[in-house]
Amino acid sequence: MVKYVDHVQVVKRMNGRLVVNKMFKIVFLLATLFALAALGVLVYRMFDQGWGYLSADFITNFASRFPEKAGIKAALIGSMWLMVVVAPISLLLGVGTAIYLEEYAKQNRLNDFIRMNISNLAGVPSIVFGLLGLTIFVRSLALGKSVLAAGLTMSLLILPVIIVAAQEAIRAVPKELREASYGMGATKWQTILKVVLPSAVPGILTGSILALSRAVGETAPLVVLGIPVIVHFLPNGILSEFTALPMQIFDWAKRPQEEFQYVAAAGILVLMTFLVILNSIAVFIRNKFQNRY
Amino acid sequence: MVMKQPAEKLSVQELIAQSRSKRSKKVVEKIMPILLFITALISVLTTFGIVFTLIFETIEFFTKVSVIDFLFGTEWLPFSGKEPMYGILPLILGTLKVTFIAVLVAVPLGIAAAIFLSEYASDRTRRLIKPVLEVLAGIPTIVYGFFALTFVTPVLQEIIPGLKIFNALSPGIVVGIMILPMIASLSEDAMTSVPNAMREGALALGSTKLEVAIKIVLPAALSGILASVVLAVSRAIGETMIVSLAGGATPKFDFNVTDSIQTMTAYIVQVSTGDAGYGTTIYYSIYSVGFTLFLFTLLMNLLAHFISKRFREEY
Repeated sequence: MVKYVDHVQVVKRMNGRLVVNKMFKIVFLLATLFALAALGVLVYRMFDQGWGYLSADFITNFASRFPEKAGIKAALIGSMWLMVVVAPISLLLGVGTAIYLEEYAKQNRLNDFIRMNISNLAGVPSIVFGLLGLTIFVRSLALGKSVLAAGLTMSLLILPVIIVAAQEAIRAVPKELREASYGMGATKWQTILKVVLPSAVPGILTGSILALSRAVGETAPLVVLGIPVIVHFLPNGILSEFTALPMQIFDWAKRPQEEFQYVAAAGILVLMTFLVILNSIAVFIRNKFQNRY
Repeated sequence: MVMKQPAEKLSVQELIAQSRSKRSKKVVEKIMPILLFITALISVLTTFGIVFTLIFETIEFFTKVSVIDFLFGTEWLPFSGKEPMYGILPLILGTLKVTFIAVLVAVPLGIAAAIFLSEYASDRTRRLIKPVLEVLAGIPTIVYGFFALTFVTPVLQEIIPGLKIFNALSPGIVVGIMILPMIASLSEDAMTSVPNAMREGALALGSTKLEVAIKIVLPAALSGILASVVLAVSRAIGETMIVSLAGGATPKFDFNVTDSIQTMTAYIVQVSTGDAGYGTTIYYSIYSVGFTLFLFTLLMNLLAHFISKRFREEY
């Protein structure tokens, strides 16, 4: 036995320490369960309030002053139009930037600045992007409150997320694949286009769809752009005025009549269903096509 | 075995040489990096666009309202017809009240959840809980705002009788729930990257799991945890829809959390949904408030960057 360790003392204190350990394990578990409970209550509330107002008419009606006639058609179609603009623009810019940073960029001041800038851009509040869009797209370029103006604003908003996702996907492609391609005499761009990108596509798509679902749920920039809420027509092109799901929900939630609270909850159910579908596609792609090296 | 022969018998070397000599290919090799560099510049241009837009419109605002009044005024009354007042302090205080409550909710819970996930939970439990946190992080803020207004506020009113319909407490708590997954998952990442050898050393000396978590893992992962908290604070400051729906529209310079407030973001929303015409002082005021907001979050993001760079422990 070591002289200085009092065995009796150690055993006596051990029990107490073990009890404290157990207690804190439960405290930590409860903290984790709090997050799960919050999600549970939130989802339950939306179903409880919104389910009764969810019907075929709700999907196919335009907005209305009367809660029982109010529908979400314009907003639902508007959100889809928004996606049609945001998806190609943000993918093209995001993947292009990621390829440049991962495959071409040398370690120098300019490229460090670009990287630093992207991580800072990810932290800019979405409402500030709204102010940018209002000044540049809505007013200076005179695009008005169109699908295009909102789509460009949203594309810039989710650009950092897509860049980071694409960078990670490209980085995960093993060096051996590139070297084998060069060894066969392929040029750099051929290697990127035919070897690196195909292997990285599942990762890029998964990250991009998640980013896209953020654009669908984002409200603040649309509010600042001045996107209207009472819209009785469908957009007929990207220069047409439109409204989107979160805008419509925001308008209903603000109204004082109690019935509109239920309409808002029904709208939230539609929005959440939309997002669940998008996310399921992302998870499906991740599980089905993910390459493991 | 019969091998297929190409029509012309060329060695691989010759094939490569032939392919290399095509002019169009050479042009593509030269042009692509330039095109990709241009796409990379768009993100830089976005930042410049934001900064210049905010600065120019804010300068325009300061031709109508004095800088001193804006920075040190304690009354924000832009809609009072006779004598509008533009002192930003009440809006900043409103933002800080909500942020402070959110941090009180999210930091203890988030770090506790991170400790549970990284130190106590089995692999299966972790794989079950992490997706739920991801879902929580992916819920649109408008949904949280609606939840705060129609559920959290009425529940709180049962407990605190004097609570107004619009207050700082309810959006504060809900913003806390919103940033909780961010703190939990970033802190968990930081804790998981602490090498197991350190845990095993402490366990071998007779530590309990709790002692390992508090005395070994937390200090080792501190930079990552701090950075996650700072990033979460930045998110809370810029949060818009929750405070617009549940916080109210009365900017006040006091420390009361049960009364209606207004944050910087909620003011921008209020003006945007109202009918202030283009070119009015009120129109320019949203840029000055947006600029203040931008500076706050920029500071937080740089601080997070600094913390994770400067204090990172390398193993």
